[in-house]
Amino acid sequence: MNTTPQTQTALARSVTAEEEPSLDLYPGRGLAKLHLAWKDITEGARLYRLSYALGWLDIRLRYRGSMLGPFWLTLTTAITVAAMGTLYGTLFHTNLRVYLPFLSFSLILWAWLNMVVSDGCSVFSNAHGMIHSMRMPLSVHVSRICVRALLTFLHSVPVIAVLFLIFGITPRLTWEIPASLIVFITDTFAIGLLCGVLGARFRDVSPVMASIMQILFFITPILWRPELIYLGRQYMLLDPAYPLIEIVRAPIMNDHIRPSIWLAALFYSAMLWGLAVILFARVRARISYWV
Amino acid sequence: MASIDVTDLSISFPLYHGDARSLKQYAKQGLTDRFGHDERGRAAVEALRTVSFSLRPGDRLGLVGRNGAGKTTLLRALAGIYEPVKGRVQVRGRLGTLLDTSLGMNPLLTGRENIRLRCLFHGLSAAAGKEVERDVEEFSDLGPFMDLPINAWSSGMSVRLAFGLATAIMPQILIMDEWIMAGDGWFLRRAGERLGGMVDQSEIMVLSSHSPTILDRWCNRLIWMENGMIRMDGTVTDVLSAYLGVSWEKEKAAMEEKGSTD
Repeated sequence: MNTTPQTQTALARSVTAEEEPSLDLYPGRGLAKLHLAWKDITEGARLYRLSYALGWLDIRLRYRGSMLGPFWLTLTTAITVAAMGTLYGTLFHTNLRVYLPFLSFSLILWAWLNMVVSDGCSVFSNAHGMIHSMRMPLSVHVSRICVRALLTFLHSVPVIAVLFLIFGITPRLTWEIPASLIVFITDTFAIGLLCGVLGARFRDVSPVMASIMQILFFITPILWRPELIYLGRQYMLLDPAYPLIEIVRAPIMNDHIRPSIWLAALFYSAMLWGLAVILFARVRARISYWV
Repeated sequence: MASIDVTDLSISFPLYHGDARSLKQYAKQGLTDRFGHDERGRAAVEALRTVSFSLRPGDRLGLVGRNGAGKTTLLRALAGIYEPVKGRVQVRGRLGTLLDTSLGMNPLLTGRENIRLRCLFHGLSAAAGKEVERDVEEFSDLGPFMDLPINAWSSGMSVRLAFGLATAIMPQILIMDEWIMAGDGWFLRRAGERLGGMVDQSEIMVLSSHSPTILDRWCNRLIWMENGMIRMDGTVTDVLSAYLGVSWEKEKAAMEEKGSTD
């Protein structure tokens, strides 16, 4: 009590001295803010069971009362893939054996990414009821949408598995698959956090991000195979979505992947995390005022 | 030992979406004392200004004041939801909060599902979770409604569940906003019994209310909030008399007399 807040180094500690939680809150500066943001993220990670339950309940709720339940997710993927595959296969005169598995897997990967971005923009405003009723790490809400997006993706996987069986595609079972999935999943958290912070403060972020994602959808090799561009292919790495998608897609499709793509993916992930954490640290304490 | 220490707490809401320019004019002309500027010169509503007080075990604090006096903001600041813009809030002890009208529950989920989520939030094991579920079910007495989504309930029913839930995980400090006391007589009696047990174990309660009778029955100290500042801090009788502008002791005696003749 005698020390002034400014001279204190440890801010907002939740010490468990004698099993008694305590809060010590006052406006922090610089590194202290970064420390608190990181603590929010690690405390949120410790509540993984809650995030998982919230994400899973979101999916169950959306389909409560419907006959197929969450399996609608599988069915809609199957319908989209069948329709787009036939249409584009005919239009572009490509070999369906190669094109269909590529297109379908790319589409569900993109849907995963797109869901994180669009849900991310409204993550804190949608959670305002929880935010205003009790103190809880804000990162829990971000993890919740990541879980929701991951589970949605997993529901589409059976469609891909069937296609791969039909067209005889065997994934390359090396370190690449787990490594790329870890990078991708941790990046979905950073994307959700970044979009969430921006979306909580600026209501225009949601439509802006939707437009950006629409552009990225066309310039990233989703509908078309990356081999279509050979000259100037290094410029494709300027699109942050491309390396992120490619590191996951290539090993599973058993396609060749250049080391530069991995490097670009890691570079963009580091940028994304840095930006998300710094921005979150700056405004974490203000988010409950905004929503 | 539970405790709350609030030192020079100020909270202001920057205005981003309103017509901030015309509000700045108001602030410049001093037409209203609630609009000010934050550090970066943006128009802001000053919800709390240099509020200081301390609470120790056994304290049952009531907050009175007109709408917009800063009662709910103060409760949220105590719960760590709004972090201080200036000043400091120190809270020792496990918090139970009944603040937002949604009570932190998802209205699309059933009562049981909401209880499970809360247990996960507190990191309880499955066995402890079952224990809490039984306890809350017993207190809220909702019967088959427990397995229906909350949006199919009456608002009084969801208050019963929320109150049971907030008090089941034994908070050392309970923070309640005014509307929670809007329940029927049956609920207030049961809530009183449940809280009585809790306060006996020398814990802290903070309650905001407009009802003198509720404040008189539940609190042993009152703070009168006005324009985001503490107008008066003292015993229930003193503060209520000043706030109502009549002697609370006489008023109470008159009410009791009226009650006994009915």
